[in-house]
Amino acid sequence: MAKYLLLKHYRGAPAPCNGAPMDQWTPEEVSAHIQYMHDFAARLEKTGEFVDGQALAPEGTWVRYDGEGRPPVTDGPFAETKDLIAGWMVIDVDSYDRAVELAGELSAAPGAGGKPIHEWLEVRPFLAATPATTECPHR
Amino acid sequence: MNEALLRSLTPSVLTVLVRRGADFAAAEDAVQDALVEALRVWPADPPRDAKGWLVTVAWRRFLDGVRADTARRRREDLLDEEPVPGPAPAVDDTLQLYFLCAHPSLTPSSAVALTLRAVGGLTTRQIAQAYLVPEATMAQRISRAKRTVSGVRFDQPGDVATVLRVLYLVFNEGYSGDVDLSAEAIRLTRQLAAAVDHPEVAGLLALMLLHHARRAARTAPDGSLVPLAEQDRGRWDTASIAEGVGILQAALARDRLGEFQAQAAIAALHADAPTAEETDWVQIVEWYDELMRLTDSPVVRLNRAVAVGEADGPRAGLAALAALDDSLPRHAAVAAYLHERDGDLARAARLYAEAARKATNLAERDHLTRQAARLNSGRRQ
Repeated sequence: MAKYLLLKHYRGAPAPCNGAPMDQWTPEEVSAHIQYMHDFAARLEKTGEFVDGQALAPEGTWVRYDGEGRPPVTDGPFAETKDLIAGWMVIDVDSYDRAVELAGELSAAPGAGGKPIHEWLEVRPFLAATPATTECPHR
Repeated sequence: MNEALLRSLTPSVLTVLVRRGADFAAAEDAVQDALVEALRVWPADPPRDAKGWLVTVAWRRFLDGVRADTARRRREDLLDEEPVPGPAPAVDDTLQLYFLCAHPSLTPSSAVALTLRAVGGLTTRQIAQAYLVPEATMAQRISRAKRTVSGVRFDQPGDVATVLRVLYLVFNEGYSGDVDLSAEAIRLTRQLAAAVDHPEVAGLLALMLLHHARRAARTAPDGSLVPLAEQDRGRWDTASIAEGVGILQAALARDRLGEFQAQAAIAALHADAPTAEETDWVQIVEWYDELMRLTDSPVVRLNRAVAVGEADGPRAGLAALAALDDSLPRHAAVAAYLHERDGDLARAARLYAEAARKATNLAERDHLTRQAARLNSGRRQ
């Protein structure tokens, strides 16, 4: 088993072919989209492949250390940030192919006109914490 | 087995141990062990005296723990077979337990966790699930909280207001996972109201009951939010409303108004209206004015602007809103609503979309997105 992060972007992903913003859909299309996402997660829970899913607010802040005894420096949010993550789902699956298959299904979530959004999702493998013992027999 | 009964015994079992001389942190661990044991054993072998059983098992666990520590801590004096009764309690012990768990030295999240465990009798696992954090994290939060209050004397009087804030936080966390925190908050507030005679405790209990009464009507089958005006009032829990109104009236009669009583009065006026159109908005605005005298919080001013919009028309509501900082949470949502009622649909749609971007939870974001979508698709036709 291997864990993958499916990343959804507000900005930064290639433009989808059905990319009208949600507030330009009909309310029924919005509901259908949300239902699809719920059903997808519920199905993965049933197959034992779901780990976690979270959505993020669009506005964040940049923070950095500013030296001993000083409060951290904050900056932003930046309206022009190129890459903006909207949320993620973590899955635990048997293969990379399965991760890609599931990301493809998630990308088929319906949007305007009830048609799939074809949204680009980013699939990122987790680095495992330890190598499998049998692959490293002399450890 | 009745888990609610089991949990309702938690505070009294814990205070028995503390009165026998156990320190709070160790006693609390022992009671938690006894609860877990009861959950395991009782279904097949229910005891005749539930509380006696819990006290016996918890005390034995406590002594086991002390024995294990004895070499290091030299506490043989606690190992006497017959427990020594402590001094007679001056105030109700359950109340003392609430004060300790909501002690001002605790952060809100620690106070909430400790209250749910030591007073509510929930297991660490259940609390962790309810707050969507790992069990180990919640266990650490609870043990740190217990260390924080370890120097506080158990019989020290506390401030009811701090307890009420903790219970209010629990109530607003609502429902996720197996544990219904709103119901748990009501149970704990009811228990508190039995231990202390205080109009704001009654006010908070009434507020919770009146809000809880609307819960079934508040969400559609698909999980989306249903605004108050569109709720099916036939699905409101009339028994809960009647109880809340009764408690509130008794509290108000004592003429010691507080924030929770005023909020409950507003909830009661909503509950009292057979239809949304029949809501007594004028009186609601008056209660918001009372509330502003009591707290003057920007959130209250924002909610008041909505009420003014209903009582005196959307223009009046917008005027009240204009005086407020537009960075307030839900400011854009309120502005959107008032502009829609004022007939400016394009502006309302824009504001709903902005409000959705600023929403802090998914259900509200989805609701606001649907509102924007509704206005935009209406305008396209």
